[in-house]
Amino acid sequence: MAQAPKFIGAPIKRRDDPRLIQGLAHYVDDFNPPGTLHMACARSPYGKANIRSVDVSKAAAADGVVAVYTYEETKGIGPVPVGAVLPDAKVPVQPILADKQVLFAGEPVVAVIAETRYGALDAAALVEIDYEPLDAVVDLEAAIEPGSTKVHDDYESNEAFKWGLAGGDVEAGMKEADVIVKEKMTNVRVAPLALEPRGVLAHYLPGEDKMTLWTSTQVPHKVRTLVAGQIGMPENRMRVIAPEVGGGFGSKLNIYREEALAAFVTRELGVPIKWVESRSENFLTTIHGRGQVGEIEMGLKRDGTITAFRYNVLADCGAYYQLLTLAIFTLTGLMLPGPYKIDNIEMNATGVFTNKVATDAYRGAGRPEATYILERMMDIAAVELGMDPVELRRKNFPDKSEFPFGTSAGLSYDSGDYHLALDRALEAADYPAMRAQQEEARNDGRYLGIGFSTYVEICGMGPSAALGGQGWESARVRVEPTGKATVFSGASPHGQGQQTSFAQIVADGLGIDANDVTVVHGDTDVVPYGVGTFGSRGTVVGGSAVVYARDKVRAKMAKFAAMEFEADENDIEFEDGRVFVRSAPEKSAGFADIAMMAYSAIALPEDTDPGLEETHFFEPSNFTFPFGTHIVLVEVDPETGDVEILRYVAVDDVGNMINPLLVHGQIHGGIAQGTGQALEEEMLYGEGGQPLNASFMHYALPKANRLPRFELLHTTTPTDVNPLGAKGVGEAGTIGSTPAVVNAVIDALSPFGITHIDMPLRPERVWRAIAEKRA
Amino acid sequence: MIPASFDYVRPQSLEDALARLGEHGDDARVLAGGHSLLPVMKARLADPGVLVDIAGIESLSGISESEDGITIGAMTTHAEIEASASVQGRCRSLAEAAAAIGDVQVRNRGTLGGSLAHADPAADYPAVILAANAEITVAGADGERVIAADDFFTGTYETALGAGEIITSVRIRASAARGSSAYLKAAQQASGFAVCGVAARVALDADGAVERIRVGVTGVAATAYRATSVEDALTGAAPSAESIRKAAATAGEGVDALDDFYAGADFRRHLAGVYAARAIGKAWIRAAGE
Repeated sequence: MAQAPKFIGAPIKRRDDPRLIQGLAHYVDDFNPPGTLHMACARSPYGKANIRSVDVSKAAAADGVVAVYTYEETKGIGPVPVGAVLPDAKVPVQPILADKQVLFAGEPVVAVIAETRYGALDAAALVEIDYEPLDAVVDLEAAIEPGSTKVHDDYESNEAFKWGLAGGDVEAGMKEADVIVKEKMTNVRVAPLALEPRGVLAHYLPGEDKMTLWTSTQVPHKVRTLVAGQIGMPENRMRVIAPEVGGGFGSKLNIYREEALAAFVTRELGVPIKWVESRSENFLTTIHGRGQVGEIEMGLKRDGTITAFRYNVLADCGAYYQLLTLAIFTLTGLMLPGPYKIDNIEMNATGVFTNKVATDAYRGAGRPEATYILERMMDIAAVELGMDPVELRRKNFPDKSEFPFGTSAGLSYDSGDYHLALDRALEAADYPAMRAQQEEARNDGRYLGIGFSTYVEICGMGPSAALGGQGWESARVRVEPTGKATVFSGASPHGQGQQTSFAQIVADGLGIDANDVTVVHGDTDVVPYGVGTFGSRGTVVGGSAVVYARDKVRAKMAKFAAMEFEADENDIEFEDGRVFVRSAPEKSAGFADIAMMAYSAIALPEDTDPGLEETHFFEPSNFTFPFGTHIVLVEVDPETGDVEILRYVAVDDVGNMINPLLVHGQIHGGIAQGTGQALEEEMLYGEGGQPLNASFMHYALPKANRLPRFELLHTTTPTDVNPLGAKGVGEAGTIGSTPAVVNAVIDALSPFGITHIDMPLRPERVWRAIAEKRA
Repeated sequence: MIPASFDYVRPQSLEDALARLGEHGDDARVLAGGHSLLPVMKARLADPGVLVDIAGIESLSGISESEDGITIGAMTTHAEIEASASVQGRCRSLAEAAAAIGDVQVRNRGTLGGSLAHADPAADYPAVILAANAEITVAGADGERVIAADDFFTGTYETALGAGEIITSVRIRASAARGSSAYLKAAQQASGFAVCGVAARVALDADGAVERIRVGVTGVAATAYRATSVEDALTGAAPSAESIRKAAATAGEGVDALDDFYAGADFRRHLAGVYAARAIGKAWIRAAGE
């Protein structure tokens, strides 16, 4: 682009919002083809049980019931796909419906198809399953003890895998240290809880031998390839549509049993089959995130230089793997050094089976775990060394001149200026004044705390080779004969707002108004084969594909314009809906006039075909590494254990911003979710493997009234990994916030001698920690 | 989940509603705001054959003021109670409890009578009802009767309400000339229900000594209760922050407290003391200032 960007960087309101706010959006459940039948599942109430017998006679005889499926009728469906693999990992086969045993509460055993949703649910309640309840494996640490009750009877133990990552020499680093700090920490299991639960509508047309599968997913093409494979259908006979998707947070970056089940049943019955997840089912059967318990050791010199960092961790897999279960904790390992120069690192992970639903990608997916333990350890070390937590961090930052910065975990951080982000945050927070305020409050018997998190994360997933395949993204840009532009993206936004930001990208390159650009995504019959939206890649990778496809179309239009104006194609400019010759601006035509030329094709430039439609598959050369500093001020009521966040200052460097409003929205939501994990969220299971808090009445989500006004600032360090210079922002908030909030609470409680409390910092836990110190 | 199927009737008069309840006996449940009953039905923990919706009975709604108190219809919503100048003026703790229930949607639909009849051990109103010594008027096949607050809550989800009876109104005497009340709670972060809620109602004599005090505690035990040890310790003397703190500390003592993943029994007993001190302190300052 020769001219300054007009739309890129502008805070344009999301064009999705009016339809979302007015209830005019169409989610899976809003589609009701004539003749739709409804599916409901009878599910295990036990963490583990033998199935002695299944009697479906009453259910089958119930009013409006059309069909009932058990393991026997569905065993031909391929198992739930496992995408990420590790050498020597035990990989249990996850059936579509349970056969002889159920291994987690919520596991489906029988599917009932009925004329109405109510009828299907009523009939599912009539299925008689004779269970023999067995001891369930719930506790991660107990599960790995020799002689523990087992999740899988045919494995020797509950060990799913061992995986390690090492850089430098940790033993030598520990020897070099003056001080070694140790702590055991937990990243509890949390539920992603997208506002729209999962849902699927499958419609097979026998005459055409074609199926349309509407599903609430982040990865429609993966669903198509894998589900078609599961039911033995050529994938090009299946069309997968991700309509409006009400959030995912990673939980819809997956292939679930009900998708294959609905696809199988519609092919059997030849009518549309719909299943919409209830919130209860969402808690039980949609993947969970986090789930790590580990011991951390960090060696430091007296001056604060970190010499070694070790993390020995148990990772909770659940009973079966989902698509990326085996990949998540490897991201923890890769981000172990964080934003610091740590030459010697080591992570030893043991995967553990438990009688629970699988863990998998949840907003941040492995990186929040790494950032949490590292940032907590930085504060623990600062106390131990008698250093200010800010100075300890600063001491270990690489300088901006050291980028690209190679880490001991084997990554190359693209660009960064960690000191600048920290400085900006300290200034915005007025750190000295904050400390003074804390001191004053303490003198009044009040407990204020200041928490830091200086983070770096890995985004823009990512180079294909590094991801084990499919790290690219696709886009097609078409300039229509009337001069409107349409973007077909292989990414699959589900709340991120790329219908707006991709339009901004195309509008700038073509010199047209953003309102003249329509963005289409989430339909495998319409968009080029794509990877999807996850890992903060939608804009970074998907948007870059849009840039290249746009530029190809622009170059072709320039040829038509050059022919028309008898000018050099390199001398053609696009601005404000006009196409003109830069050196002779009086030679000018409307953008739509040139577009029509390409379609009328009465005259064609040399070696040029008709039409204006170009596709690009963008393969990034590296990940991107956004970073920042979050500072939190809290007050803790020592009598009640209540934590109130008084201030939240965040400086996030996400590279170039396409739309600051979208960036802020992502950071707001991310901070809220990360704060939820820090203070409230935790999936709890009773001894029999039944969830104790699988409802919104029991599982606390962060609410607006618990959060302050966020003070958001930015530094901008572009990346050269992609043409936008953008680094990604989808997960920054969750990664930065969790440790910052916990660090603030622990700082508040430092007068009691408290150095660590495991999340979530619910009032009782805080009160108990104080009570123990007082005793 | 969705509820099992049921029949639904919406009588327009109290007489008709009582007749319906008599007709269907145990198979019928009264539907007020629905915010307790419907979730239980959706979880299929309750499976009534008939719902008798009393929302159409006009005489059950509204707040009326008399010289010495207020009478609140059973179908009055939490939002109406929260916003009522009469309630704020005559029983401030009731307005505070109403405002502390659930969220806006719940407060717009949920009703005083429905909440009291459901008698959730973590509901907010019971603390205020006990502290205010309220009178609960109920109607049944044999006519009306009045139940004193101290006799109303008999157990978890259990009340003195008889079979086929409907709560029609709640009467609360206005605070004394030098008296006021307050309600404070620790809310469960997910549900908003009280992990510990304490209502205190204080009347001071001319010298500033405590003439009468009642303290109601909800959320802590299986049934809301009065912290009589606290009341006894504070009655008759001029209070101080220190004497209140000391007396209030016994609010949870010896209580067979609820115990769940969110809050253990000892934490709840501890909170009873903390919130009793804060609620009494607030009521005292208001009483002294008003």
